[in-house]
Amino acid sequence: MLHRESGVFKTSYAADMALYPLPVARWTVAAFALLFAVILPLSLHDYYLSIINLSLIAVVGALGLNILVGYTGQISVGHAAFMSVGAYTAANLAVRFDLPFWITLPAGGLMAAFVGAIVGIPSLRIKGLYLAIATLAGQLIIEWVINHTPAISGGAQASIEVPRPALGDHQIKTQGQLYFFLLFFAALSIVATLNLVRSRIGRAFVAIRDQDIAAEIIGINIYRYKLLAFAISSFYAGVCGVLYTYYLGIANYEQFQIGVSIDYLAMIIIGGLGSVLGSILGAVFVTMLPIVIRLVMEPLAGLFLSAGELSSVVASTRLVLFGALIIFFLVVEPEGLNRLWRNIRNYFRTWPFSY
Amino acid sequence: MSTGLKWLRIAAAAGAIVAAGSAALAQEKELVFGLQCDRTGPTQTIGVFLCPGYHDYIALLNSKGGVEGFKIRVLEIDNEYKVPPAVEAHERFKKEGVVLEGLYGTPQTMALTKKLEEDKILGTAPGFGTAAATDGKRYPYVFPIAASYWSQGAGAIAFIKKELGGSLKGKKIAYLMYDNPAGKEPLPIFEDLAKSEGFEMRNFAVPAPGVEMGAQVLDITGRFKPDFVIAHLFGRSPSVAIRELKGKGFPMNRVIGFVWAASEADINAAGGYAVANGYNTIQFAGVGNDFPVIKEINAMYKAQGKPTPPQQESSSVLYNRGVFIAAIHAEAARNAIKAKGGAKPTSEDVRNGMESIKGFTLGGLVPPMEITREDHEGGGWVQVWTVKDGKLVKNGDWFQAYRDMIKKHLAAVN
Repeated sequence: MLHRESGVFKTSYAADMALYPLPVARWTVAAFALLFAVILPLSLHDYYLSIINLSLIAVVGALGLNILVGYTGQISVGHAAFMSVGAYTAANLAVRFDLPFWITLPAGGLMAAFVGAIVGIPSLRIKGLYLAIATLAGQLIIEWVINHTPAISGGAQASIEVPRPALGDHQIKTQGQLYFFLLFFAALSIVATLNLVRSRIGRAFVAIRDQDIAAEIIGINIYRYKLLAFAISSFYAGVCGVLYTYYLGIANYEQFQIGVSIDYLAMIIIGGLGSVLGSILGAVFVTMLPIVIRLVMEPLAGLFLSAGELSSVVASTRLVLFGALIIFFLVVEPEGLNRLWRNIRNYFRTWPFSY
Repeated sequence: MSTGLKWLRIAAAAGAIVAAGSAALAQEKELVFGLQCDRTGPTQTIGVFLCPGYHDYIALLNSKGGVEGFKIRVLEIDNEYKVPPAVEAHERFKKEGVVLEGLYGTPQTMALTKKLEEDKILGTAPGFGTAAATDGKRYPYVFPIAASYWSQGAGAIAFIKKELGGSLKGKKIAYLMYDNPAGKEPLPIFEDLAKSEGFEMRNFAVPAPGVEMGAQVLDITGRFKPDFVIAHLFGRSPSVAIRELKGKGFPMNRVIGFVWAASEADINAAGGYAVANGYNTIQFAGVGNDFPVIKEINAMYKAQGKPTPPQQESSSVLYNRGVFIAAIHAEAARNAIKAKGGAKPTSEDVRNGMESIKGFTLGGLVPPMEITREDHEGGGWVQVWTVKDGKLVKNGDWFQAYRDMIKKHLAAVN
């Protein structure tokens, strides 16, 4: 991830597709694993772990959306609705049938995948902005159905309280325990996506994105793969919704409204469309940046302002700064943070002996 | 010296000042209150008026020596009406050792209910969350502290009964509601009352964001022809409802709005007081500046040589609610400190303090509520204020309505 050879020396497809192109990459991954599995949880306060937890959940959702939008080129504004499908499926299973998380979590994902494939049907006929409107309709219909079906939503408040996930007799409850719970699923989805995009399916997705007619001519069943992209993407969204539900202890459809869909689109656009690292960077950027801006601003502004004025100024300025930083990064590199990172890395590829 | 080094030194100096400042603060007797706000999100029209009221009341208390000798530091975090920032805010509050926190927003309240219980920090949710949270046994750390939608619905019916001459037999009431869980919440209460009082009720759902309701209003005024309209709307939609009903010639004094359809901003957006003349609003805190505590806040500003806060002028309804929340928070802390004989209370002590609030009316701004372990709503008191001659005028005193029936419903859901 961090290191690269000084040129392109690959002579076989296998070498080109390898997840670890160099031995040193293996060590980098091991170092990251050590950092996230041991050093961070031991050294950080619960508060900082809670921020990482929120980012980990967002990473799962962003990866799913990037498979659909970034890799397959099918725009979707209904991602949050698929999260709510997963969330309510898991909540109902957990409460009514008392099922553990290792059943409810894939069940939530599968139900979301099913609903996602149905919402994806219009993609067989329409593209681009038209598809965006069709998925927007999907978002609103799913919201409406949950809101008006007590059998799904569990009553007028449309929220279902869910017990904490448990491993054997041990409840996963504190931020530290939830961190490992979420880290496991985030890591799993990262590895799954990395492998998906270098498989036949992943390449078919990319072919459809780049030119669907050409893809059809070389023998890709477009309809099947488009629906598969919707299903896989929604599976991730469903899992993300289930993780939210277990993290908060409640499924509530107001947490998955249209604004959240837009947030996730923002994540993958800022991070970089069609890249796994981009999804991660984007999710982390959008989740953490507002918090970091506030943590930096609070002590500085506190020198000049009273508590009341401070909150008003910080809240508004933070929004302006957040927007400005997004514009800044997108102007510097329209292809997102992932491309920015690759540019930096490529520069150092031959440094200090470039030419 | 290179510029980089210079900046480093300045940053280090600034850091040292901040560190010294916070160390000095920590040595004083201090309590930390957490406050979630929405100054930038979709409901920021409420946050920008409500939160300054909160800060002003706490500043007033601190200028008079704090609560029982403890200064209060408010840590406000803007949650943008989103759930992840609200979760982050709660964890931050926990890290800073808050003794209580003010929640903001229904989904946020729902999302934090479990966390609050696990962390043993109480959260107040006036006008948010669920009516079921009134039951303190079921939800030990969530405090609605103000009338829930059930109590507001019961209050509205009681008010209508009074206005229509003491009987609702054969009358027709239209319920113009926002099509979300909050809008649907009072329905069981209305259904029950329709049976016992003998009136006919019909629901007219307005989909979010509720800025288009011509069809619903036409249905109400043209076909259903009710004797009274209850409007339970949020954001921009209350003003649209007032304008539409007025446009169809429906008498404004036959309309009553729930607490989030009840601020000066709604009336102004509907076209001013002349348009809304007669419109009735349900309130859970006093309105206007004719209260001793508001006068004290203004005197404090005057003593500092500053003008009175503009939020107070433009929306006393919401500003006073901020003062109301701050006052209840401070009173809970005061009870807790007294119970501990002047020692610093924990968050659990403050919860016990909250559950012993009684007879604290702040000159009429706060209803005569009594918060107990069973009743976290404090009795479900409401007051009706009516638009009259260019301002909101009090229409009767604080009252509770159909309390036994609400208790019955609470027992059924919890």
